[in-house]
Amino acid sequence: MSQIEILIFERTGDFAENKDVARDIRIKEIIPALNKKEKVILNFEKVGAATQSFIHALISDLFRKYGNDILDRVIFKSCNETITEIIYIVADYMQEGLGD
Amino acid sequence: MHPVVLSMVAALALTIKQQNIKCQEIEAKSKPYFVRMGLFKFLGVEPDINIIEHESAGRFIPLTQIKTSDELTRFITEMIPLLHLEAEQAKTIGYIVSELVRNVIEHARTENGAIICAQYYKKSNSIRIGIADTGVGIKYTINQSHPASSDIDAIQLALRPGITGTTKREGGTEQNAGAGLFFIKSIASVNRDFFVVYSGKGFYKLLKKTATKKLILNSDPFQDRHSKLDDLPFWNGTIVGVDITLDQTKEFSILLKAIRETYSNAIRERKKERYKNPQFI
Repeated sequence: MSQIEILIFERTGDFAENKDVARDIRIKEIIPALNKKEKVILNFEKVGAATQSFIHALISDLFRKYGNDILDRVIFKSCNETITEIIYIVADYMQEGLGD
Repeated sequence: MHPVVLSMVAALALTIKQQNIKCQEIEAKSKPYFVRMGLFKFLGVEPDINIIEHESAGRFIPLTQIKTSDELTRFITEMIPLLHLEAEQAKTIGYIVSELVRNVIEHARTENGAIICAQYYKKSNSIRIGIADTGVGIKYTINQSHPASSDIDAIQLALRPGITGTTKREGGTEQNAGAGLFFIKSIASVNRDFFVVYSGKGFYKLLKKTATKKLILNSDPFQDRHSKLDDLPFWNGTIVGVDITLDQTKEFSILLKAIRETYSNAIRERKKERYKNPQFI
């Protein structure tokens, strides 16, 4: 399976909080890659913090579109502890809510 | 005077015609503070004192109007450094500002956007933040998807994780989760700080807690130590005030671990409420 790597810092800088940017990454880069059966690596290197709203706008819709198999196809790279926890929170509540 | 009051006055001023704004002569010692915070500029009134405008670094963020997502990003990049905080503290303050102002931009439906200001208090080593808007208010927004008969009921719902006015669906929409205010209340709760929400006639205040070792987050804001009112003069919009005491600001990642657990439990409880019981005869 081929893969693409998206450098989040290049789009957001140190603080990933702009949901419009997250939506653009999701719609213009992640979803087209997934539809081409590519694996997506979201690289958070140099990103110091992210809001829950940003991570939600980035990945929540993927759970609805592809189910929780999305976690086999989208990989999170170089996340600090804070960002890791926020990704866990969003992944948890989206999986809890699947089927609603 | 708490910055939230300045934000309220400035937000209100934007809804009133300039010629109808009258300002009585102020004798209070805080007059220079009002000038520095930019209150008179918002009121369109000439202050009758001259002060030397100091560089604001390390002390305050003056009243600022934010209408768009890009303005918010610029504000966070340029203004938060003015508070000269340590990296971990700046992260917390940036987080609070981003989530609260984005709430206004996305839900308040007001062309005046959000009015924000912040002040550092040396004595308590705390940052106090006030954000006000003159939009549709929390009850109107929540009622798009959930029944809330009063403003305080709507505030209660808005502070619960996973409740958003944009959908009834668990997990929210692709752009909204309904988690922003719950996160902010959690940050204040864990740090035992002050947090108020005022919208319509409803007012919720998280009361300061005494220090305990145990970290408890409640998904229902009414289970926290709080006070509430539902008969205040009607505020057309929403106001949020937060104090963050810097020397007791917990590591953000520890807080997030607690939020994760509370959030998941809240969703499971809500799902369980919808379960039907088997019938036995």
